[in-house]
Amino acid sequence: METRNSSGLDQFCSLLVERPGLTLLDLAGANQSTMAFLTNLGHRVYSDDFLLQMDRCFGEGDFYENQADPQKASQFLDSALDYPAQHFDGALVWDTLEFLSGPLLEDVVGRLSNMLRPGSYMLALFHAEERAETIPTYSYRIQDRKTITLVPRGRRRPAQFFNNRSLEKLFSDFESVKFFLTRDHLREVIVRR
Amino acid sequence: MSSVPNRPTESFETARTGNAVLGKSAVVKGQILSREDLTIDGEVEGTIEMQEHRLTVGLSGKVRANVKAREVIVLGTLHGNVETGDRIDIRKEAKLVGDIRTARIVIEDGAYFKGNVDIVRAEVPKPAGAAPAASAPRPATTSSPATASPAMAAGAGEIKR
Repeated sequence: METRNSSGLDQFCSLLVERPGLTLLDLAGANQSTMAFLTNLGHRVYSDDFLLQMDRCFGEGDFYENQADPQKASQFLDSALDYPAQHFDGALVWDTLEFLSGPLLEDVVGRLSNMLRPGSYMLALFHAEERAETIPTYSYRIQDRKTITLVPRGRRRPAQFFNNRSLEKLFSDFESVKFFLTRDHLREVIVRR
Repeated sequence: MSSVPNRPTESFETARTGNAVLGKSAVVKGQILSREDLTIDGEVEGTIEMQEHRLTVGLSGKVRANVKAREVIVLGTLHGNVETGDRIDIRKEAKLVGDIRTARIVIEDGAYFKGNVDIVRAEVPKPAGAAPAASAPRPATTSSPATASPAMAAGAGEIKR
């Protein structure tokens, strides 16, 4: 288990401190520290383990080939992202988008955009090592507004490498995209709906 | 405890502790109203109301019901919305899918939870003769995650809605 400072989280939390009583989505899987941090600020938290949902839908056989199966992709979207429009005031998606390929990734980002209220923030993380075949995955937990605890969950092959340009394209439907480059090969991205 | 099951009630037993236990082989469909603590090791489908008492869903327990209780401890599987007056404790290996309204929540590492958590302000009993006043929030019980055990309670000390 390790910790890291996060400017992206700090930016995300600026919204939370200003406005209590928000509805937030955390896709890291339920954990005590994030739940305690967010609920003590007076927010509602919707929690799910997005990676686990991916493994359930696409885990048997080739993970990325399965994502191209329309039936499986549809099943995944309905089980993992079946929320009303503009339901959330913020979303913590962490590094989960790195493990979605092609059309499914676009569908997921589209759903996230639809679920978020205008003006809300979403925090996503992307590894910046272009040649890495596998990247470490973690359960991300908020320790305080500037610190994340990383609990290792093994390594995975990412669907693709994202640079700033591809991220801007991915989040083109959002109002703004802000990058925080870090020393540890992790690109923090805050997008504003 | 009173219950309105469709089927066998013989698996209900009252342990020496005073807790009612629904055994592993028991299947209940319907409404459970309890005036004592209840442990479910079998299967329940319906609704469970025991607002002054504690519900424990045991390791082998499978509950598909909306639950209202003072305190809920989940070790097995629970599908349904949960409302507690005091706290919910989701232990490792537990699986809970549903929305939670509670004053305090504890989630152990390894537990699976999908749903919404709404921390509600608990009413503090007014002392006799006290002048009417806005109810005060419970003190938060959260401590620093860096130093706390995985089973640390999230409190509702500073809710401002």
